[in-house]
Amino acid sequence: MNNWLLEPLQFPFMRDAMIAGAVVAAMCAMLSCFVILKGWSLMGDAISHAVLPGIVLAYLTGIPLAAGAFASGFTCALATGYIRNNSRVKEDTVLGVVFTGLFAIGLVLHSRTESELHLDHILYGNILGIPPEIFWQVMGAGALVVTAVLIWRRDLMLAAFDPSHARVLGLPVRVLDYGLLSLLVLAVVAALQAVGIVLVIAMLITPGCIAYLWTDRFDRMMLIAVTAAVLSTLTGILVSYHIDGSTGACIVLVQAAVFTLSFLFAPKHGVLLRRLGRAAH
Amino acid sequence: MPGPLADRGASGIGHPHSAAEAAQAAARDFPPLSLKVDRISVMYPNGQRALNDASFSLSAGTVCGLVGANGSGKSTLFKSVMGFVNPVSGTVRINGRPVREALKQQLVAYVPQAEEVDWQFPVNVTDVVMMGRYGAMNFLRISRAADHAAVEASLRRVGMWDFRGRQIGELSGGQKKRVFLARALAQGGRVILLDEPFTGVDVQTEEAIITLLRQLADDGCIILVSTHNLGSVPEFCDRAVLLNKTVLASGPVEEVFTEPNLTKAFGGVLRQFHFEHSTIQNHDGRQVRVLTDDERPLVFGKDGHLEYKDRTGREDLVKIRSEEQD
Repeated sequence: MNNWLLEPLQFPFMRDAMIAGAVVAAMCAMLSCFVILKGWSLMGDAISHAVLPGIVLAYLTGIPLAAGAFASGFTCALATGYIRNNSRVKEDTVLGVVFTGLFAIGLVLHSRTESELHLDHILYGNILGIPPEIFWQVMGAGALVVTAVLIWRRDLMLAAFDPSHARVLGLPVRVLDYGLLSLLVLAVVAALQAVGIVLVIAMLITPGCIAYLWTDRFDRMMLIAVTAAVLSTLTGILVSYHIDGSTGACIVLVQAAVFTLSFLFAPKHGVLLRRLGRAAH
Repeated sequence: MPGPLADRGASGIGHPHSAAEAAQAAARDFPPLSLKVDRISVMYPNGQRALNDASFSLSAGTVCGLVGANGSGKSTLFKSVMGFVNPVSGTVRINGRPVREALKQQLVAYVPQAEEVDWQFPVNVTDVVMMGRYGAMNFLRISRAADHAAVEASLRRVGMWDFRGRQIGELSGGQKKRVFLARALAQGGRVILLDEPFTGVDVQTEEAIITLLRQLADDGCIILVSTHNLGSVPEFCDRAVLLNKTVLASGPVEEVFTEPNLTKAFGGVLRQFHFEHSTIQNHDGRQVRVLTDDERPLVFGKDGHLEYKDRTGREDLVKIRSEEQD
């Protein structure tokens, strides 16, 4: 067991992967609490796909990838809002059209350009081969997201729970919404390194879901989400090392396993104990 | 206004004694309050008019019912008073100042409709009431002793202190309402807006909430209640505003609640039961009982005057009515 844990840690690339993975997991987990309570799951999925054209364009023009991703992620959110307000189509439908469209633009752009940008790495993540400058970008994004959420978590929570009350108190609800959206884009860009575009959404909803089954208090929910996400990510990276499998997929699989266990065994909201409780009555 | 509290006989929640003292304290601490909606018109984004030239005004110590059919502009009027929509013309003023300033002073509190709330949200009763204090806290929203004291006082006042640790989804309809009322109290709101407060609430809790609203009005608050439940309005409101895209009538309930006005507001929507056309005979006398499944009935007597459920507290009215017969 000790060997199973320690052997991989001899390699610097494994240490970097585990540090970056833990940071990505922690920031995504914090945001996941808001994402699931606001019903923004599809929005997270959409943004993660919509960042692709921004990343490719940023690479071509030599600006930081994060800036390009940010611009196209935001374009997705704003375009969706505009189309919804000016047509009879419902929001989730509009979102589906907009993000697949943007994703397709990204694929076409990528296929038409000669670049060292590996599509595989963007789609499926490449945490075991993370370059130093990306490593530090992830650290920076992590620090920013975690700090912002810790400072504004109560305002964000209130805006998610009862936006009318928040506005009556004088809270800038719209600014908070766009702020949360910005943090989400930032987290998506960072998490791309770990699990790739296709699986980012798992990092942005599963930890929150797990925690939601375990507690009825918001701060505890966030703590449980972060703990579950960080431990799942570290376990996933180790598993992928030993079975030589896709790291991103292993991380997401471990999270899904934790969710399944929580769904069955969580004390109050788990399905098995709830059944037992009902039988006892 | 200390007088009326004592005879009102608080049946469910709140303590008349402390409320009377609080009323005196409130009268010392706060200048008299006013809400003035002056000829506002509001447009929907699609260009349709939601409200047209609506005006009414209220002063401290009032419970006012905002009555209208669905789509009559009740929620638009609420949003205007809370500053969520900007009228294309006209103004809303609280204490003579724009709504924005009143919000900054935490003067306006809002009790949402039950359907608007996510009852599975991971917050308990204390958390919700503490949200009323956010405006008074610094930007990190760290609660201090004063905030905890305000939360406890508010929860005790609505009789929900014993439930402080419950997740909000585990409460009954009436308890949920009381928790959100406690939040408005903790906030220190003076203009309190309630959206359909009696939906999904049992009859006893409805009485208890009404008692509490009356006490808050006596403390000098303005209570504005949006409701489609006609029958409840004469029972607990002093004033009423009848709405159908504009203000059809506003003023004391007995002046506003007339058959012609209600017909104008609701058109053919109202179901009627005329005793003289029914199978009820003279020998049934006053032994007729009216049951409804959900909402209170609105009863007009001969010549269209309002009838009330309880004689207690309306002795003067009963006297006038009995003299009419002689």
